[in-house]
Amino acid sequence: MNRRKYLKFIGVGSITASVLWESCQPETQEAGGADTGSAEEILEVGRQDFEIERDKRLLSETFFTPHEMATITVLADIIIPKDEKSGSASEAGVPDFIEFIVKDMPHHQVPMRGGLRWLDVECLNRFEKAFVDCPKEQQIEIVDEIAYPNKVKPGMEQGVAFFNRMRDLTATGFFTSEMGIKDIGYMGNSPNDWQGVPADVLAQYGFEEG
Amino acid sequence: MSDFQIKKSPVVYDAIVVGSGAGGGMAGYVLANAGLKVLMLEAGPYYDPRLHSNQLFWSYQSPRRGAGTTRPFGEFDAAYGGWEIDGEPYTTKNGTQFDWFRAHMLGGRTNHWGRISLRFGPKDFKGKSHDGISEDWPISYDDVKPFYDKIDRLLGIYGTKEGLENEPDGIFLPPPKPRLHELFIKKGAAKAGVPVIPGRGSVLTEALPDNKDRQKCFNCGQCGRACRIYGDFSSSSCLVIPAKKYNENLELTCNAMVREVLTNDEGLATGVSYINKEDGQEYQVSGKVVILAASACSSARIMLNSRSTRHPNGIANGSGLVGKYLHDSTGAAIGGFLPALMDRKRYNEDGVGSVHIYSPWWLDNKKERLDFPRGYHIEYWGGFGMPAYGFGFGMHGLNGKVPARDGSPKEAGGYGASLKDDYRRFFGTSVGMAGRGTAIAFKDNYCEIDPNVVDKWGIPVLRFHYKWSDYEIKQAKHMQETFQEIMHQMGAEITWGVQGPETNYGLEAPGRIIHEVGTTRMGDDPKNSVLNKWCQAHEVKNLFVADGGPIVQQGDKNCTWTILALSMRTSEYIIEQKKQFNI
Repeated sequence: MNRRKYLKFIGVGSITASVLWESCQPETQEAGGADTGSAEEILEVGRQDFEIERDKRLLSETFFTPHEMATITVLADIIIPKDEKSGSASEAGVPDFIEFIVKDMPHHQVPMRGGLRWLDVECLNRFEKAFVDCPKEQQIEIVDEIAYPNKVKPGMEQGVAFFNRMRDLTATGFFTSEMGIKDIGYMGNSPNDWQGVPADVLAQYGFEEG
Repeated sequence: MSDFQIKKSPVVYDAIVVGSGAGGGMAGYVLANAGLKVLMLEAGPYYDPRLHSNQLFWSYQSPRRGAGTTRPFGEFDAAYGGWEIDGEPYTTKNGTQFDWFRAHMLGGRTNHWGRISLRFGPKDFKGKSHDGISEDWPISYDDVKPFYDKIDRLLGIYGTKEGLENEPDGIFLPPPKPRLHELFIKKGAAKAGVPVIPGRGSVLTEALPDNKDRQKCFNCGQCGRACRIYGDFSSSSCLVIPAKKYNENLELTCNAMVREVLTNDEGLATGVSYINKEDGQEYQVSGKVVILAASACSSARIMLNSRSTRHPNGIANGSGLVGKYLHDSTGAAIGGFLPALMDRKRYNEDGVGSVHIYSPWWLDNKKERLDFPRGYHIEYWGGFGMPAYGFGFGMHGLNGKVPARDGSPKEAGGYGASLKDDYRRFFGTSVGMAGRGTAIAFKDNYCEIDPNVVDKWGIPVLRFHYKWSDYEIKQAKHMQETFQEIMHQMGAEITWGVQGPETNYGLEAPGRIIHEVGTTRMGDDPKNSVLNKWCQAHEVKNLFVADGGPIVQQGDKNCTWTILALSMRTSEYIIEQKKQFNI
C-alpha cells in the first residue's frame, strides 16, 4: 500500500488508521500490483501454498496463439470501444485477462478456441479472409449477425453462443479493471461512515427517511 | 529402516480442544481464562485476519479478478477449503446428496461467515410441544438466554428490540441504516404482507466497551474476507488470538488433523491422536477432558473412528446415534433488477458485510393452514458492489427488457458504445432474496464411516445419506411464491431463480447452506441421545462436544450464535465440575 492510499484512511479515525497502517507493513503488503493493476503479479497475502503455485504455473503457460489473441483483441474492442468516458477493452487489458481466465477455468477453452475458428471459417467462406484480415465493414457485417440473440438467422446460432461468451468475458474483464471500475462509478472499497441513503437520493425516489 | 513412530508428549493438559471455530474458540477462551491448561488442535494453518485478510483489495489486483476458482465464495473470501478438498474425500449413499463444506484454518468458517447472529427462540427449543414434529431439546430458551446475553456483550451484535415471541431480542449495538434497494424491498414486502426489520449481525457498528483490540466497523462491507481491524466476529480474531495474548494457559497447535479420541480401560477419554501435516508425523497428546469442536460432521467422524473394546461402535456411541439427525438449513433464492434504479446516482453504499435488513418468520402455521411445519427467514441483497469476475454476464438477457435512454425499444445483446453504456445504466439495479428455513432433523439423514474409503492420511472418511422430505420441499414452494410476490410488489423484474416442482422449487441440496448440525444430539435419555444437556457424553463423562453437533433441532436461524452460547455454557459447566472433582 502506498502513501497516497494510506492518507485516504486517515479521515476515519486515528486508531483505525494506525491499525490499518500497521497491517499494511511490508510483511503483509500486497505483492506490488496494487497500484498498477498489473495482472503479472501474484497475490500472496493470505494465500494457501497450492494457490500461489497454481497462479505461477498458469502465468507461465500460454493458451491462445498470436492469431487467436489478435482476433480476441479486435472483437473485444468492437464490444467495448473507447468513448468519451474511458478507453477500449484492449486498453484496459481485456485480452490478457481472457488469456488468463481460460487457463484458470478450462471450461472456457473449447468454446473460445472453437468459436474463434468458427468465426474465421465463416469469414473465409464469405470473404476469403480470416476475421482479423477483413476490412472493418466486413467484420461488422458478421458481428451484426451474431450479436443479437433474438433475431439470429438459422445456421448462425453457434456464432451467437460464442459472441455471448465473448461479450461476457470482455465486459467482465473491462469493468473489473481499474479503468472499468472508475468508468462504472463504483465508489466503495474505502473506509467510510455509512449513515444511510443521501437526502437528495431519498427525495428523488420519494422516500421520506432511510 | 523405517522411522515411523508415534510421538507422545509427557504433558497432561487439563483440557484438549479439537477445533478452533465458534465452538472450539469459545471453549478455549473460557477454559484458558479460568486457569485451565488447554491444548487447542486445529486441522488447518494459523490465520490472523489482521495479517492474512484480503480486505480492501481490488478485483484488478488479481488476474482472475476475484473469481472463485479455488474458493467457492471468490478468491478474496477468507475460507480455506470449500465443498471439495483435494485429498479429503467423502462419499454418499443410495443416490442421495450432501455437500460438505470445510474450512481448515484458525477460526474455521467464522472467518468468512455472514455474521447473521440470530438467537433460537422459545419455540425452537420446544418445537415438538407446539406441532408434534421432531424432538424437543432437554433445555429451554431460558437455560440458554444468560449465555446469549453474555456473548452479545463479549462479542458485539447490532439489531433492534422488536419484542417478537420467537425472535428474542439481545443486547444490541445500533443497526446500520438501510440502503436504497432495501427501502424498495421494505415497501414491496409490506404490500406483500411480509414484515422487514433491521438485521442482526455481529459487526461493531460502535466500539465495544472495554475492548482495545477491536475497532469500530469502517463500512467496507467485506466481512466475508475477514476483518483486519477485528470489526466483526471471527473466532480467530475475537477468541483464540486474544486468549493467547492475555494468558499463557492456551497452547495452540495448527495443522493437526485429529484421528481419534484415545481411551483407557474404563472407557474414559485420555487424549487424542493426530497427524501433524507439517512434518507428517503421528502424535498422541493427553488431557483430562476432551472437547470436540471440529464441526458437527468432523466431530462425529472422530467419534465413529474412535473404536475400542469399551466403545466398539465408536466412542460414546452406545445409542448408535452419532452421525444421525444430521440437518442443514433449507435455502432457495431468486433475483432480478429494479428498473426504477436505472441510471442511479453513484455513492458508497458498501455498509456492513452482514445483513442490513431481514424478514423473520412471520406466519402462524396452524392459523394459516400451511402444509409444512416451522418456517424460514428472508435475507436480501442488491445495489452497488465491487465489480468482480462475473460482473456484466448475461447482459443479452437484460438490455432488451428496458427502453434505451431515448425511450426507443432496444434489441437484446449488441456491442459497441451503446452496449458499454448499458452496463453503466444497469449498475446498482440488482436485487435478490434468499430464504433460510428450518429443515426437520430425521434419524435417516446421517453421516457414517465409509468402510472402503480413507483420506490421504489414512483416516476413514464420512459417507452421507440425506434426502429432503416433503416438509422442506413445500417450504421451498412457499418461499418461491413469497419472493415472487415481494419482487412484483416492489416493481422488480425477476431474471433468475424461479423454479418448479422438477427442481424442488429451487431448494438447495443439503449442505449448501453450511448450517449442518445435529450429529451428536443432546437429550435426557441415553438411548435417544449422544450427549446430556451439558453437551457431555452420556457414556464418557470427560468427553464433550462443543460445535453444532449437540443441536437437537435448529430453527430457521443461523446456528453460530447458538453454538457460541452452548459452548460457553458447557465450558462453565466443565469448570464447575472440575472444582467438584467430578471430572
